[in-house]
Amino acid sequence: MLELNVLSPILLWTAIAIYAAAFVAYAFDLARRSQVTADAKSEAELVGVGARGNAYAADVPAPVPAQSFMMARIGTSLTVLGFLFHLAATVTRGIAAGRVPWANLYEFAMIGTLLVVAVFLAVLTRIDLRFLGTFIIGLVLVLLGGAATSFYVAVVPLMDPLKSIWLIIHVFVASLGTAFFALAFSLSVIQLMQARRERLVAENAAKTGPGFLRTLPGSDRLESLAYRFTIVGFILWTFTLIAGAIWAQDAWGRYWGFDVKETWTFVIWVIYAGYIHARATRGWRGSRSAWLAIVGFSAVIFNFTIVNVFFKGLHAYSGLS
Amino acid sequence: MNSDASDPLRPSDHVDGDDSITQPRLGLVGWLRWGWRQLTSMRTALVLLLVLAIAAIPGSIFPQRMADPNGVTQWERNNPDLFPVLDALKLFDVYLSPWFSAIYLLLFTSLVGCVIPRIKHHAKALRARPPRTPARLQRLEDFRSVQRDAPDADAAASASIDIATKQLKALGYRVERYDGGRSFSVSAERGYWRETGNLLFHLALVGVLITVGIGGGFAYTGQRVLVEGETFANTLVDYDSMNRGRFVSDDALTPYAMQLDSFDVTYQPFGEPGSGQAGDFSANVTVQDAAGSKTDGAVRVNHPLGVAGDQIYLLGNGYAPTITVRNADGDIVYRNSVPFLPQDNNMTSLGVVKVTDGMPEQLGLIGFFYPTAASGQKGAIASGYGDLINPLLTLDVYSGDLGINDGIPKSVYVLDTTGMTKLAGRTTDVESIELSPGETGDLPNGLGTVTFEDESPEGATDASQSVKRFASLQIHHDASAVWVLVFALLALGGLMLALFVPRRRVWVKASGGDGVVSLEYAGLARGEDPTLAAAVDDLVAGHGRLMDAAGGSTSVAAEPAVEATDPDRTEPPATETPKVD
Ligand code: HEM
Repeated sequence: MLELNVLSPILLWTAIAIYAAAFVAYAFDLARRSQVTADAKSEAELVGVGARGNAYAADVPAPVPAQSFMMARIGTSLTVLGFLFHLAATVTRGIAAGRVPWANLYEFAMIGTLLVVAVFLAVLTRIDLRFLGTFIIGLVLVLLGGAATSFYVAVVPLMDPLKSIWLIIHVFVASLGTAFFALAFSLSVIQLMQARRERLVAENAAKTGPGFLRTLPGSDRLESLAYRFTIVGFILWTFTLIAGAIWAQDAWGRYWGFDVKETWTFVIWVIYAGYIHARATRGWRGSRSAWLAIVGFSAVIFNFTIVNVFFKGLHAYSGLS
Repeated sequence: MNSDASDPLRPSDHVDGDDSITQPRLGLVGWLRWGWRQLTSMRTALVLLLVLAIAAIPGSIFPQRMADPNGVTQWERNNPDLFPVLDALKLFDVYLSPWFSAIYLLLFTSLVGCVIPRIKHHAKALRARPPRTPARLQRLEDFRSVQRDAPDADAAASASIDIATKQLKALGYRVERYDGGRSFSVSAERGYWRETGNLLFHLALVGVLITVGIGGGFAYTGQRVLVEGETFANTLVDYDSMNRGRFVSDDALTPYAMQLDSFDVTYQPFGEPGSGQAGDFSANVTVQDAAGSKTDGAVRVNHPLGVAGDQIYLLGNGYAPTITVRNADGDIVYRNSVPFLPQDNNMTSLGVVKVTDGMPEQLGLIGFFYPTAASGQKGAIASGYGDLINPLLTLDVYSGDLGINDGIPKSVYVLDTTGMTKLAGRTTDVESIELSPGETGDLPNGLGTVTFEDESPEGATDASQSVKRFASLQIHHDASAVWVLVFALLALGGLMLALFVPRRRVWVKASGGDGVVSLEYAGLARGEDPTLAAAVDDLVAGHGRLMDAAGGSTSVAAEPAVEATDPDRTEPPATETPKVD
């Protein structure tokens, strides 16, 4: 029988391969959407109805023939399959290590991306966000592929500071918060693209950007979705901050010391507080606040990669040497 | 705040935008008022938040004195030219710098200035009745209408509003009837906790800041290195170093004594993953209080030991070889267990012995200790493992002036060799002294001998207990920490209320006609409320069921509910009024 610590990376690479296929399927879906809307548009022009005026900014996507979502359906099915392998890889890693599988950078990446996919799939059961598939799965592919190639470390016993109940709580909640921020980030990116399109349409420009946007919700709706994910992420992040402080009090004898990781967690928290304020400030709603969400998520990724690997501090738990 | 509380389209408890800021009238008071309004505006708060985020970043790039003083020294050594400039800009003390403080103090001033009027406003809103039902409910985005057949339409209309009132009350709404002529209506509002939560959140942040600020004045943190067998008394003089807040008096420390009985550590065995990694550190201590009663305890990583309101933490550990120096006459001139500072993961450790008296000249020894000595390339010795398998001590010998009589405090871990001559070790003719536990070597020039004492208990069969260990402990006292936590949790709770409780108004209006009751339902979000439409739908369905049960009217099967998005509607949609949430 295969040893679990050998099996786990095999399962993970299988998951990565399946995600890659899901990514392709989702990408085809977007391309197909562009095609369909192009057809619809020329048809509409033929019968002399101004399709433009109505098709954008509607809360509901423009009606697209059902069969055109075939690729999206394949993408989602593949994502579910990839997720199962990914989950199995994570669980076997945990069993092999005899502890929760989130105690070094490789494992943080594994659990973090697992939660991104889990939250994405969970949301899909209630809201049709399959158009985000390319972005979400693309992001997961980059992070997971990068981690599996550059951050892989063998299972070793935990260092003393990590032997704590807070490892289980604090790191898990941080990863879950990151998953929500990731979804909000993707929505904000599309929101910006959509807002640009809406502006161009309003100006009657000849070219209005990628055609698939036409089948997507309007920028207002995208913004309100992004906001809903962000506030969940923000609450989880607030909890992460507090739990981290409690842990620091136990492990290092002070609850806050502006260690690099603490600093960046704080910076991220403040940026997202700014985002929430921006949404309530006239002149900052819409694209400006979307940029804040993007900056916030960039800081999350920066904190996770660059700060973990290159910055020197007490949080030296990447497991890399 | 420029919206009118009675205008249902404009949520009024919402401070928003800065449109109301106009040019001030001339005069000092006018300018002050204008400045205050600027400072407490939402846009300023937003900008200050973003500035705070940016201002915190340099502290993660440059080493900070409060977190990493050695890093600062190192940086200064590497960049002697740039250092004074950056230091003047406080880039090594970012979080204590005037500019960083200015930002967060402005932010919190703005916060307080912003929250106080909102508290007043919210207190009023909590007591107010739900507002009068708007004349034209169909202008609202979430609007439904239903017709029901009823023989006595007026009575049925009135009864239907009675039912709706009860229903809304049961759903947690605050309700108010507004009847007039043949039209009956109930106005309902819920979700006051949203604003309460928001205010709680912001106030709790102020609470965190204040408790951190005041608490620091009453906190103290001291460090002490204890070798196995040593005892420490909790008095100011017995600490190696002590930082105390401005309000901590000299006699603030609770008297108790603490002995380090033993120090445990385990190592990952050879050949296993993570081989050589140390863990399960435990400093086993006996604490004796002022009354003389003793208790055993252990200080472990993640498990500080609480003693008399102090928290005791394990910061570090290492070996403390016991070294005896005798002079040429054979008299003991020095004997001590000297803490050696670990230099690598395998516990290669560096320590210093200073012999001040009893020798012709003062004597200094710089020693390397290797718990598991192995010769590396080119014959250099290194430690291959952290545990005591093949312990070895090497000593370089210096003689001359230790420089400790001129009053400048010197670290016990550093030997200042400027006034000294090297007698043994590299660059001299005499080799370093190499000793295993129990061995004695000769000092050069017939100065005497040095012994590396074997601390093994009687009958020991290996070297595993031949050298004592030390623990570096931190004693910390901060009674405010728990209050900081309380405020932080209040902030978290407030935040959840503020973000997840939907605040909304709904209206149900009924008017009797010719054997028909026309019912209108409308909802208005006050703040982010993604479930409003579903809530109105539920209200309509529930109301229908209750009315069916009560009798007096029957639903009209064929009539579909008229949606707000009805294309035939002639009036402009409510959404054209900028909706503020
Ligand atoms: C330490 C600084 C501050 C932080 C960390 C902070 C954080 C937050 C957070 C997380 C929220 C979301 C909760 C909610 O929507 O109810 C919020 C909302 C709000 N804050 Fe602040 N805030 C700060 C300062 C201020 C200041 C100075 C003002 C006033 C100018 C202010 C006014 C508001 C308002 C009006 C809301 C409600 C926004 C909405 O309904 O979406 N805050 N704040």
